[in-house]
Amino acid sequence: MKQDVRPSVAPKPLLEVQNLVVEYAVGGKTIHAVSDVSLEVSRGETLGLVGESGCGKSTLGRAVLQLRKPTSGRVMFDGEDLTAMHGETLRRMRRRVQLIFQDPIASLNPRRRIGDIIAEPLAISGVKDPKQRQKLVYDVLSAVGLDPSLVIERLPHEFSGGQCQRICIARALVLNPEFIICDEPVSALDVSIRAQILNLLEEMKARYGLTLLFIAHDLAVVKAVSDRVAVMYLGRLCEVGPSEQLFAHPAHPYTALLIEAIPVPDPDVRPAESVAVGEPPSPIAPPSGCRFRTRCPRADQRCAAEVPELREVAPGQFAACHHPLIPAG
Amino acid sequence: MNEPVLLSVEDASVELPTPRGNLRAVDHVDLAVGAGRTLGVVGESGCGKTMLSRAILQLLPKKAKLSGRVMFDGQDLARLDPERLRKLRGRSLAVVFQDPMTSLNPVLTIGTQLIETLQEHLELDSLAAKKRSAELLAAVGIPAPEQRLTQYPHQLSGGMRQRVAIAIALSCEPKLLIADEPTTALDVTIQAQILDLLAREQRRRHMAMILITHDLGVVAGRTDEVAVMYAGRVVERAPTPELFKRMRMPYTEALLAAIPKIDAAPHTPLPAISGRPPDPTRPLQGCSFSPRCRYAAGRCFQEKPPLAAAESPGHQYACFHPIGIMAGAGT
Repeated sequence: MKQDVRPSVAPKPLLEVQNLVVEYAVGGKTIHAVSDVSLEVSRGETLGLVGESGCGKSTLGRAVLQLRKPTSGRVMFDGEDLTAMHGETLRRMRRRVQLIFQDPIASLNPRRRIGDIIAEPLAISGVKDPKQRQKLVYDVLSAVGLDPSLVIERLPHEFSGGQCQRICIARALVLNPEFIICDEPVSALDVSIRAQILNLLEEMKARYGLTLLFIAHDLAVVKAVSDRVAVMYLGRLCEVGPSEQLFAHPAHPYTALLIEAIPVPDPDVRPAESVAVGEPPSPIAPPSGCRFRTRCPRADQRCAAEVPELREVAPGQFAACHHPLIPAG
Repeated sequence: MNEPVLLSVEDASVELPTPRGNLRAVDHVDLAVGAGRTLGVVGESGCGKTMLSRAILQLLPKKAKLSGRVMFDGQDLARLDPERLRKLRGRSLAVVFQDPMTSLNPVLTIGTQLIETLQEHLELDSLAAKKRSAELLAAVGIPAPEQRLTQYPHQLSGGMRQRVAIAIALSCEPKLLIADEPTTALDVTIQAQILDLLAREQRRRHMAMILITHDLGVVAGRTDEVAVMYAGRVVERAPTPELFKRMRMPYTEALLAAIPKIDAAPHTPLPAISGRPPDPTRPLQGCSFSPRCRYAAGRCFQEKPPLAAAESPGHQYACFHPIGIMAGAGT
């Protein structure tokens, strides 16, 4: 494995998102979906990305794959700039990066047999021998816990949501990718099935040596699988840090609010009364300065005037806040 | 506990004809809610919790067959004539659904929908109804209520729409509110706000509530009693603190264990429940949870365990091999 070594001896991250901006025009107005986001994911790591609906987390995931062209900024994958790639080079690169979506049933073509659905990426990427294709399909289906001989001839509607998500995971894995973007992979599933799929993703990560970007709105789910967590609010990154540290000592008031809002399955824990104030403003006209200031209990004039930069508040933990809950060191 | 019973569901079953045979969506369910109390109904998709709420509201699909009784405020709802039933629904018996976009009419303004309800049930004149509507919107935490009255549902966010749906449900001071997954479509911060709002309005109005959800976390701090449903049946029922401290039904335990814990270390494998719920058109002979249950043995596969009383008052479970007192809890 060739990897250049930086002066700090840290290995180069597999994915580097640099100052990414994604904006789109809707009805003559500009939606600021992702504004100046930078993050990196090291090889073998799972980075969790959380935030409420409309915060830009899915757009960010798509922009990484160039499914949504960024307005500006760069996406470096294994040292190469995806934003500068086109056509065949980009397609070839995309084989190394796969995507799993929220709605597993909607992501499978209802008229095609499971065997064909999973073999298709192989056919496209040039595995010509049908015997070899079938072997790879059988292997990957067994890996995700389905019995290939019972599954390949059937159609998606014959399966439950949890099984469809296993099929989607198999389809993502069949090309032996290095990186998988999971966009809310379990939020459409029931509690009992959700745990099965989360465990499966962890197993597959170990077995295939994967690196994951795990996008979800549920913090407990994100924590269960992530080494580090990034929190997004209205297109901007609020906080990034190691999972345990971030949950134990959130530095950004928004992270703290998200953690407090999680319902705890314990009747002795009284739900905190209205921790959250109001709703997120529109991404068409985001507030000046810190975008969270309109809902933040600590906001003052400085927050309206100045966009807070991400600063290190504890080893590996960065927060974009003028008044972090942990004073910047 | 001493509150008079407002709603009692007695031996209710719902059968739906399907091309693959009859589907028993609700299977001999008994429940009761006292005035001003909150009952949580917990279960996964397809467990029959929504059909149960529709049975209470007498809003079942035309082909569905309901047996048993639904007594509300001294009347059997299944035997009421349609006109009396219509008066009762909306007035004393209100409902909030999961998706506020489908429960609101997209081509009518918020104001029209609220005023219509108030005029229909409370016979207010239009001026009084309008004033009352603005007050209701303010009560559910909607800023600039007068202005909102002129807006259409699509102009509001999901959280705001759910607040409007709640305002409409509360508008006639109902005695019982059925909230069917009221926060499932919402973000976690908005979920907390909506649940707080429901709890506050409930206390203020001394209203009873049935909170239907798939999330044990949602019922934990916000209900007096919980009924856990699986494959159409109530499999465990207990006062909320009792349920969480001394759960007896393996399904309840498994459901709780499968929720990722915020204080667990990352990469801790989750105790998942293997398999999936049984096909409701092909009922199992024994306990419907037996194929997925780690305690299941001989008898569980042959016989249905009855919902029987536990040692403590108000606690019932349907299991031949109930689990002991949970380690770590109740001490």
